[in-house]
Amino acid sequence: MPRPGFVLEVDRSTPPILTWHGEGFRLERLPAERSRVIYAPEPVAALDDPDQAVQDALLHPLGDSPPLPDLLRPGMRLTIAFDDISLPLPPMQKPDNRQRVIEAVLEMAAAAGVDDVVLICALALHRRMTEAELRHAVGDRVYDSFAPHGLLLQHDAEDPDGLVHLGQTDKGEDVEINKRAAESDLIVYVNINLVAMDGGHKSVATGLASYRSLRHHHNVKTMRHSRSFMDQEHSELHSSNWRMGRLIAAAGVKVFQIETTLNNDTFPKQMAFLQKREWEWSGRDRATYLATSKSLSRTPPKLARSIFQSIKAPHAMTGVYAGEVEAVHAATTAAVYEQQLVSVEGQTDVAIFGLPHVCPYNVNSIMNPILVMCMGLGYLFNLYRGKPIVRQGGVAILSHPTPWAFHPVHHPSYIDFFEEVLSETTDPIEIEKTYEERFATDEWYRHLYRTSHAYHGVHPFYMWYWGAHALEHLGDVIIVGGDPAAVRRLGFSPATTLTDALEMASDTVGRHPTISHFHCPPIMLADVS
Amino acid sequence: MAGVPRLPGGAPPEKRLPVSMERVRTGTAPALRAARRLLKPPPSPFPYTSPTWPDSVPREPAERDLGVDYDTDWARRYPARVARLLLTEVVATPAMAALADPQVAGLDRIAHLDGPVVFAANHASHIDTPLLLSVLPEPWRHRTVVAGAADYFFDTKLKAAAFALSINAIPIERLRVSRTSANRAAGLLQDGWSLLIFPEGGRSPDGWGQPHKAGPAWMAVRTGRPIVPIHIEGTRNILPRHSGRIRPGTTHISFGRPIRPVEGDDPREVAARLEAAISALADEHTTDWWTARKRAAAGTSPELTGPGGAGAWRRTWALGERGRRSRRPAGGRWPKL
Repeated sequence: MPRPGFVLEVDRSTPPILTWHGEGFRLERLPAERSRVIYAPEPVAALDDPDQAVQDALLHPLGDSPPLPDLLRPGMRLTIAFDDISLPLPPMQKPDNRQRVIEAVLEMAAAAGVDDVVLICALALHRRMTEAELRHAVGDRVYDSFAPHGLLLQHDAEDPDGLVHLGQTDKGEDVEINKRAAESDLIVYVNINLVAMDGGHKSVATGLASYRSLRHHHNVKTMRHSRSFMDQEHSELHSSNWRMGRLIAAAGVKVFQIETTLNNDTFPKQMAFLQKREWEWSGRDRATYLATSKSLSRTPPKLARSIFQSIKAPHAMTGVYAGEVEAVHAATTAAVYEQQLVSVEGQTDVAIFGLPHVCPYNVNSIMNPILVMCMGLGYLFNLYRGKPIVRQGGVAILSHPTPWAFHPVHHPSYIDFFEEVLSETTDPIEIEKTYEERFATDEWYRHLYRTSHAYHGVHPFYMWYWGAHALEHLGDVIIVGGDPAAVRRLGFSPATTLTDALEMASDTVGRHPTISHFHCPPIMLADVS
Repeated sequence: MAGVPRLPGGAPPEKRLPVSMERVRTGTAPALRAARRLLKPPPSPFPYTSPTWPDSVPREPAERDLGVDYDTDWARRYPARVARLLLTEVVATPAMAALADPQVAGLDRIAHLDGPVVFAANHASHIDTPLLLSVLPEPWRHRTVVAGAADYFFDTKLKAAAFALSINAIPIERLRVSRTSANRAAGLLQDGWSLLIFPEGGRSPDGWGQPHKAGPAWMAVRTGRPIVPIHIEGTRNILPRHSGRIRPGTTHISFGRPIRPVEGDDPREVAARLEAAISALADEHTTDWWTARKRAAAGTSPELTGPGGAGAWRRTWALGERGRRSRRPAGGRWPKL
């Protein structure tokens, strides 16, 4: 029986706490009697037979959807869309959930005699995936069957001939999605739900959308009104996607949604100490920690990055739900909450977030300073329900090397955003108003997005907006162990050690502040009362 | 008292004198006499040999310990398992990698399985068994018994012991219906051992598959364990039947989705599903997965048994590249005159 999440009140007997620091980690001693550590629940049990579970889900769908075989017939146009490389994190060990589900769907399509089948990677404005990444996601069998015939596509949000405008929501939001998908007799969407924000109408309304459509909810206003975007009831991002999803359905686009949930088993056995509570470390765990941290401190950053990027998580499927989009997503969200929710009482003055090596936008890439901000203030800060773990006007302390480094192929517009925009202002409103359109419509970025493996020109803006709620909420942000120049460019304060950072934080929140250490990964969701 | 012990009241032991050259020459020395006795043929075979059996006395039925009755329990005890582990990892696996260059696909389909399973593969060559054992993943890699033909692998004690030790073979009756061997295999499955079996009952004579026997399906139905269909391609080109010459090549091994029989299933129907699954794997190897699935769904997967009723040459012709094994000697050697 997996143990639920746990909040440890730190006292003098508490051992130092593991704190992620990019491609490495540190043991940090927290001030006694005023600090707490929030630990994730242990991984819930995996499904005994995931393939059978997928079959059952397709045959017994939720909501008012008929079973999948009843929706398939010879001569129809079937589009199978699936999540891109941003999910799950780290990438899961083979076989990926997407492969299991897509194979099951195709088995049924084959039995029904469906010939016109196209697979589309729903990457929105993310970078195109490489062949190896696609093979990992859908499996060699599917890749070899479809890619050579041009039937495994990656969504192109800038293809004027490949998009169709379906109308506007009652709030005036344009809904423009992939034409092939919209004109299909059926879209089967295959999702991996890592956090509560994923899935539901967001799958099609965001994953297969264009910039024209996305800008209606990927903006500062929406982000500031999503508290948090992991909490559907209080997320403007969620509401906007739901409005768009309902318009898509009203336009006659039929979607059969398949969502899968994972447990939070994040690291392979050899690195089990990374998801254990420190006082439960065995001799082996301690030896592994020492060996790993000592050798990483002597490893060149490039090599360390490639070692960490090669980690494949032993995530296991814990649930699969299929059918009508909203009914499916309700079941999925409940399963995600069951795995991730941790009850936390009240807020503290300071929150410490150790940032790991990977976020949704640097898989097989570099976590550049903008992504450091997005990971810390966009994702980890927002992993709450109710209210943030740190009080209004409090301080967030991020731990990450924050190198002044960018992947030139994946993040070309990030480089210019960092050099041109952040050197002028870090105010999200000002950035949105003055610079967004120029980057979003830049022909060179558009060309790289469509033909290379580059994120869209507007993507670094979205990363900045992702942290807009935290920027508004917090009194100060301090980055421990980061490149001081890069940290200052972000508008944050650099600190050499955690002790220094806490000392600096006291300038904002007063002496002897209360502290929360968010022990993530594994991913969790703080249910703050 | 030091020296030679004396019995109370007994005579002193005889003092041994050196053997004289005279006694050696005449052959009366004791050692020579013993050697001569050993070398000299006995006056009659019996009792030095076993006695002949009088025809008038009926023979007791001989206790059979070969063939299907060969007891392989010893080969599953720890000393034999350790020896086999070394043999597999140090000899068989590197040898198969060098000879057969195995390209393995579909392991993800069995990744979530645990406990014993029945591995059922098509069979074209003697190297099928070591090849499969060299690519089987954990937890089955060192806990699998191999069904070997009782009449072929267990007909002499030496062969029986060698195959039981090296590949963990157990004897299976293939020429007639026998519950003994099937029950033994089912018992081993229930004890946690997986079973590797070739449902065709023997190697392919011409490169095409042979009709499946229902034995593996019967065992799976009886024990409730899943059957993993496996398709092997390429081993016939390396070592075909009736050939002693090995030619290195590339092999492709595809693991299929497990078939899970439930109690009450008809073994013949399960056997048919297994045969269809292996046919679909073969189709997948030559085309692609999607094409193979569509044909499997439509029941039009090419049959593994090849064109029925066709002449031998047409069957060979239809094999295409799969059946090609050049008869031309490498290097253009001169014929032996």
